[in-house]
Amino acid sequence: MTPPTGAYRLSDEQVLLRDAVRVLADERIAPRAAEIDRSAEFPEDIRQLLATHDILGLPFPEQYGGVGTDLLTVCLAIEQISRVCATSGLILAVHELGALPILLAGSDEQKDRWLPDLAAGRTLIAFALTEAEAGSDASAVRTRAVRDGDEYVIDGGKRFISQGSVADLVVVFAATDPAAEKSSRRLSAFVVETDRPGFAVTRIEHKMGIRGSPTAELAFSALRVPASNRLGEEGDGFGIAMRTFERSRPGIAAQAVGIAQGALEIAARYARERKQFGRPIGELQMIQAMLADMDAQTEAARQLLYASCAAIEDGAGDAARWAALCKLVAGDAAMRVTTDAVQVLGGYGYIDEFPVERMMRDAKITQLYEGTQQIQRLVIARSLLRDS
Amino acid sequence: MQIVVLVKPVPDPAAGAERLTPDGQLDRAASPAVVNANDEYALEAALKLVTAHGGEVSLVSMAPAAAPETMRKALAMGAHRGLLVTDDALPGACTLSTTRVLAAALRDLEFDLLLAGADTSDGGAGVVPAGVAALLGLPYLSYAAKIEPSPDAGTVRVHRIAPNGFDVLEAPMPALVVCTQALGEPRYPSLKGIMAARSRELATKGLADLGVSSDEASGAVATTRVVDSTTPPPRPPTRVIREPADEAARQLVAFMAERRLI
Repeated sequence: MTPPTGAYRLSDEQVLLRDAVRVLADERIAPRAAEIDRSAEFPEDIRQLLATHDILGLPFPEQYGGVGTDLLTVCLAIEQISRVCATSGLILAVHELGALPILLAGSDEQKDRWLPDLAAGRTLIAFALTEAEAGSDASAVRTRAVRDGDEYVIDGGKRFISQGSVADLVVVFAATDPAAEKSSRRLSAFVVETDRPGFAVTRIEHKMGIRGSPTAELAFSALRVPASNRLGEEGDGFGIAMRTFERSRPGIAAQAVGIAQGALEIAARYARERKQFGRPIGELQMIQAMLADMDAQTEAARQLLYASCAAIEDGAGDAARWAALCKLVAGDAAMRVTTDAVQVLGGYGYIDEFPVERMMRDAKITQLYEGTQQIQRLVIARSLLRDS
Repeated sequence: MQIVVLVKPVPDPAAGAERLTPDGQLDRAASPAVVNANDEYALEAALKLVTAHGGEVSLVSMAPAAAPETMRKALAMGAHRGLLVTDDALPGACTLSTTRVLAAALRDLEFDLLLAGADTSDGGAGVVPAGVAALLGLPYLSYAAKIEPSPDAGTVRVHRIAPNGFDVLEAPMPALVVCTQALGEPRYPSLKGIMAARSRELATKGLADLGVSSDEASGAVATTRVVDSTTPPPRPPTRVIREPADEAARQLVAFMAERRLI
């Protein structure tokens, strides 16, 4: 059998779903985007909208009430929403990120317990791996989980947890064997209901972009969870996190492609309408060159994203590489394209009367979270050097 | 309760690509098709009625063979099945032919209510529903702002928009109701609805299947034809007032006063 190559063609169904999400995004989400950014409040109305229209159900199998689509379709939806509002696109991306550990490593009983409410969007879930001292070095997690009879007692804290303050469930990665011989066996993953005693939100970060998405600091103090909330076996946590990233990083790449596309469309429209020296600035070759480069970079990132989704879905042995490739390229494209969009709009691009300054601020996060661009390069290089 | 909704694929008005062929027919290949907006209000009303009273919604359309794609969008909103009448003899058909074809298709169906949009954004004649009601001998309740069926009594009550408010009409079912925007905004299809629509029944029939001959209904026996058409003059450029609020308000008021709008 030849290895997956990332060959894909959008199915009729994928095109239909993508277009339906686009209409919803244009008509219902775009008008809210500026206010969501300004108020820096989690857009509960948009969360309800995404739930009502089954968009939050995209990543979940039909047997649990989800739509049961593949990774590419989830990414098409994130892209379309992020095109008008990166914060809103992140609601779906984080929901998928948080649910993936259950989808990948949960028992049938655990899936029955949590997935129906998640698929219906009745509950939200977050993913809590990062700590103040454990960012790129995820194995350095200090949060402890100690077995006590049928329960675990969790102590410690997490930082930079997207939607950590609005989620009903948080997947917490904690060390069950801090002295494990292999550092990859130190961690275990637990699904924590956020109404349990000992769970606290201690801070909401003030951020440069994705301002409507609450980024929380969480503290766990003698937080007791039943052993039946542990995903997989003790020591499986790190592996679960890494397998999760293979499927969640494309979601961030999709967010990045969406942001870039949104900025490109606004810059192109502005170039047609804005007149200087007696003619539209779009007739100036320097502007044309910028727009052409923006389009080429956005389309290249999009095609790599779709190909990566196809390869990962087809069971590529180097799924981590595909995930890192698309996130690296898309995150950088989003940053360049949004920066150039501000340039095309000139002074108007720098003020909040136009959305491109917001898009530029939003784009930056896609180079940082779910692994910095440097971590993506590390993943790619390791795969390359191992295989050759 | 069984409800049939008449739906028509029309050129997407938002695409702005509507044009006629040299012989005066609508060039349907020139523009992407959407469900006629007024028909969406009718479909929304039908879906709400079956949610409240139980039952199913069927779509009936006379359209070119490419219409199933558009009808799937209506199925995605929640309709249960669709029937498309399409035939090589039908392009160029007039409203009379359309009325005869739809009436023939509906004779084979059982329904309590037949809902239609007030008119279509392409033809715009607005006479087909009335013609269908006449041919089928159905009560005709037009310009509905509210539809209240009593399935047990076998009657339907409609608030008809009138110049001075509403006329309240009551008729035995089955009846034909012409729907308006006052019935409520059509829903967006949910993603599950879109997936489900792909497996819903969408039957296709030709004129022969309905027992209609092309002497009764076809492009060849059209009673009307377009002899000339002109494009509306382009809109004058939009004037944007960028003054501070006080001055902007003064200019806005002056602008409207000049045109006797206030």
